[in-house]
Amino acid sequence: MRYLPLTDVDRRQMLATIGVASTDDLFVDVPQSARLAAPIAGLPMHMGELEVERDLKRLAARNMDAGSVPFFLGAGAYRHHVPASVDTILSRGEFLTSYTPYQPEIAQGTLQYLYEFQTQVAMITGMDVANASMYDGSTACAEAVAMANRVTKRTKAVVSGALHPHYRAVVETQARLCGFEVVAAPVDLDGAEDLASLIDGETSCVVAQNPGVFGHVRDLSGLAAAAHAKGALLIAVVTEVVSLGAIKPPGAMGADIVVAEGQSIGNGLNFGGPYVGLFATTDKYVRQMPGRLAGETVDADGRRGWVLTLSTREQHIRREKATSNICTNSGLCALAFTVHMSLLGEAGFTRLAHLNHQAACRTADKLASIPGVSVLPRAFFNEFAVRLPKPAAAVVDALAARRILGGVPASRLWPDNPALASILLVAATETTSDADIDAFATALAEVL
Amino acid sequence: MTMDRSQGRVQRPANDAAPVATASGHRGLVLEEALIFEQGQVGRTGVDLPEPTAMLSRLGGLDRQGAIGLPGLAEPQVVRHFTRLSQKNYGIDSGFFPLGSCTMKHNPRLNEKMARLPGFGDIHPLQPESTVQGALALIHELAHWLTTLTGMPAVALSPAAGAHGEFCGMAAIRAALAARGDVRRRVLVPESAHGTNPATAAALGYEVDPIPATARGRVDLAAFKAKLGSDVAATMITNPNTCGLFEDEIQEIAHLIHGAGGFFYCDGANFNAIVGRVRPADLGVDAMHINLHKTFSTPHGGGGPGSGPVVLSADLAPYAPLPMVVLEGDRYRVVETADGSAAATFGRLKAFHGQMGMFVRALAYMKSHGADGLRQVATDAVLNANYVLARLKGRLTASFDGPTMHEALFDDRFLKDTGVSTLDFAKALIDEGFHPMTMYFPLVVHGAMLIEPTETESKEAIDQFCDTVLSLAERAASEADAFHASPRLTPRRRLDETQAARKPTLRWTPPALPAAAE
Amino acid sequence: MLKFTKDHEWLRIDGDVATVGITAYAQEQLGDVVFVELPAIGRALKAGKDAAVVESVKAASDVYAPIDGTVTEANDALPDEPGLVNTDPMGAGWFFKQTIANPAELEPLMDEVAYAAYIESLS
Repeated sequence: MRYLPLTDVDRRQMLATIGVASTDDLFVDVPQSARLAAPIAGLPMHMGELEVERDLKRLAARNMDAGSVPFFLGAGAYRHHVPASVDTILSRGEFLTSYTPYQPEIAQGTLQYLYEFQTQVAMITGMDVANASMYDGSTACAEAVAMANRVTKRTKAVVSGALHPHYRAVVETQARLCGFEVVAAPVDLDGAEDLASLIDGETSCVVAQNPGVFGHVRDLSGLAAAAHAKGALLIAVVTEVVSLGAIKPPGAMGADIVVAEGQSIGNGLNFGGPYVGLFATTDKYVRQMPGRLAGETVDADGRRGWVLTLSTREQHIRREKATSNICTNSGLCALAFTVHMSLLGEAGFTRLAHLNHQAACRTADKLASIPGVSVLPRAFFNEFAVRLPKPAAAVVDALAARRILGGVPASRLWPDNPALASILLVAATETTSDADIDAFATALAEVL
Repeated sequence: MTMDRSQGRVQRPANDAAPVATASGHRGLVLEEALIFEQGQVGRTGVDLPEPTAMLSRLGGLDRQGAIGLPGLAEPQVVRHFTRLSQKNYGIDSGFFPLGSCTMKHNPRLNEKMARLPGFGDIHPLQPESTVQGALALIHELAHWLTTLTGMPAVALSPAAGAHGEFCGMAAIRAALAARGDVRRRVLVPESAHGTNPATAAALGYEVDPIPATARGRVDLAAFKAKLGSDVAATMITNPNTCGLFEDEIQEIAHLIHGAGGFFYCDGANFNAIVGRVRPADLGVDAMHINLHKTFSTPHGGGGPGSGPVVLSADLAPYAPLPMVVLEGDRYRVVETADGSAAATFGRLKAFHGQMGMFVRALAYMKSHGADGLRQVATDAVLNANYVLARLKGRLTASFDGPTMHEALFDDRFLKDTGVSTLDFAKALIDEGFHPMTMYFPLVVHGAMLIEPTETESKEAIDQFCDTVLSLAERAASEADAFHASPRLTPRRRLDETQAARKPTLRWTPPALPAAAE
Repeated sequence: MLKFTKDHEWLRIDGDVATVGITAYAQEQLGDVVFVELPAIGRALKAGKDAAVVESVKAASDVYAPIDGTVTEANDALPDEPGLVNTDPMGAGWFFKQTIANPAELEPLMDEVAYAAYIESLS
């Protein structure tokens, strides 16, 4: 077995040192009835690299990968070009095979990039401070609501109808299980909802996504003011973090907590995970934050270095009084984010955002020229909802049969809402070529 | 006040030896590296993107104003920056990493290669099912492995890590109790438990009732019985436990909790000790998470990502979270709505379907080992830990008698009157080229040192480690000052955690600007 | 008059006000104090229940109200300089002042001599 260095000679010598006759004697504390005498039935025996690779490639080949076709899906996961050097850095064993930096003297690499990650996230969201990552945007969103409940000592969250339905479901699940209330606004297809009217003196927070799940770009400043007037916090959710290169950041709109899905920077689609949750807030709430934080300090020689800090918020110290049960986060995905963002820099990040916006504008114009198709939002970033003259799910299937991945039918996200059956969510990024847009429009016109 | 003690840890380092001075600040292969924000230049970039052809803006007048403040660097600078940072890190690839309870085993590179296949890495979670049949088949196959290895009928795959899995399993328990109209208040958690267990129970609104350990390092059955009652929803027990010991009365504990109408949640963080040799179902488990990043070797990556699938009993399976992958005829389908077989689901834990990238790696690991190899994994992990125990127990103080399972627990009695603490001992090991063992956990012994060698270490590596530990133990009595000053050979020496926590600096800010960014 | 609890809080009684802090022994066990969370003025305290939180790098401890009463003042210096708890636990490192709702509750508490003996018995 290629991963197991012990030989039979080693094992015999070690058993002699231990003073037992066989390895079975080491399992004497396991109740007799639960000990298995032989390898578990129903599973194959070990395989070489070649066989495993062949097996898995067979499965991979049964998937239509995004890079092989014109591709227009978004809705919380976006296809961007990830520079080759990102994966090179990620693959370094010192990053890949290290642990949570509990021994800072031999983990300065991880600690420094987490500090850089926190700084980048704080900068792009326009907030004071960010943590070292959460699992993904949706779980970060639920954690933000829990934090707002702690800060305000209230238990009612108002949730926008333009919040990604998976995010809303995660918040609602947590609310049911952990005992707080969610007031969910109706689906906001027009980007015209009045969330402020739902806020009252018992509201802990308002959760609003920008751009909204149907693509609308909105100014959250008024909502922030309305929330603050009632003592509630504004949680801004960003599912496409590239948008922050072009749009006024939530921090400048008065958000108290910003959560975002960071997948777009540095991380592939990966069929939904692993991704990286971004979590940022203002200085005054830092001790109510969930998750790890890297902080600056000095070593015994007075040299600058980094450590995990404010750990008393966390489960390994506070146990049942912790701010969250999170332990493992998305360290390596945060590294991918940091490397990609470092490569982009100010000029690259803002240009990337504009290229995304440009591709989406072109796609929207092209689709709008098809009879029966209307683009819904007037202001959008790289994604927008369109109304089709027939159910979108069937259209998407027909497009897939022509090897075009033509967006996410709203029915996939709101299966119980027939009013959205003809709505299609379309995203375009810097990876979308004019030829892709033409192919999409041509095929769409044919299948409608 | 409650007395959480520092157990002799000194959080402020002593400074008694000057570093070797060089003109550049670099010291051979130990290269100093400034923050990325301190090296940028306006006008530099590490990507070549085309100029937008027309400055279209349909952003509703909400265009970003002013600079973000991100630095500009070319690719060679970025690659060098992160390469230098990597050289300040210790990984499993670097050397022996016996971090107890964390299972730092080798991460096979085949698994990395497989996860990067475009057919897995470049597919969108909301693509039409017809275009991702291979991905769904992989998830289904992983589920088959996990249910077969545990003997449990169902598995929820969406939890993103162990703690998320705990939440999932305990949520299923809560939902099952609610479905029978049974509101229960307490969860029994051993004092030796991971901090995530009480944190999870508390998040779900349960009162955490601690169970003491016996002198044998196991759950005190008498105390457990005394605490049982009709208001106990569940017990959360790690098995093998965090002392590295198998809970030999586990079937009795399961029987008792079931008799009281509660559920047995097993923290499966240490499943690597028994995989292929014991099926948790045969121990009476109702729910258990499996850290794919521990038992099935997906890389820890400096703290994540993980993946924490939860196996569930038939009683709990109906409450499993969405989504689920099912096979209908020869087609795989994703169940994303609460109807049909999923009508009783407790909801959704996460956007999309789970940590697919980790699923691919874990399945590659399982296929590589097979049923026979996985059994050998547990056997060798336990053999290695017992070998460490045998080699060290004459000089260090073992907290409990063997046999142990996958890790060996020592405490600081052997350092009594030396002036050397567990922390000092760990830092001295760093200078010797090893990653320290887990320190000060579990909480049930004083100055804990928890050593988990894993099955991927050779006898030579373990011998070298044991020889070093024994040598340090000999030196502790006479060289306390040297221990206090260690590590001396690392890129940074002991760091001032007190200063970091008293005046937190959690981000870089440009020197000219005040701390809070607008 | 100085009184001590088994949980290592001290109280200095001055007329009808008690000043509360943690003992030298307690701060030594904690190590460097990095953060203190104080009760709001006007908060009603219940003997033996949480009143404040004191944190070192590796530990978070609840400080209990030694007796019933209402918070009248909190030590504003501590948030900026939590190290005062280490350097002057019985003086500048005080936590809060409270009213004495029920003077009889002072009776069972230890005096300096009894507390010193109690500490001795712990080691």
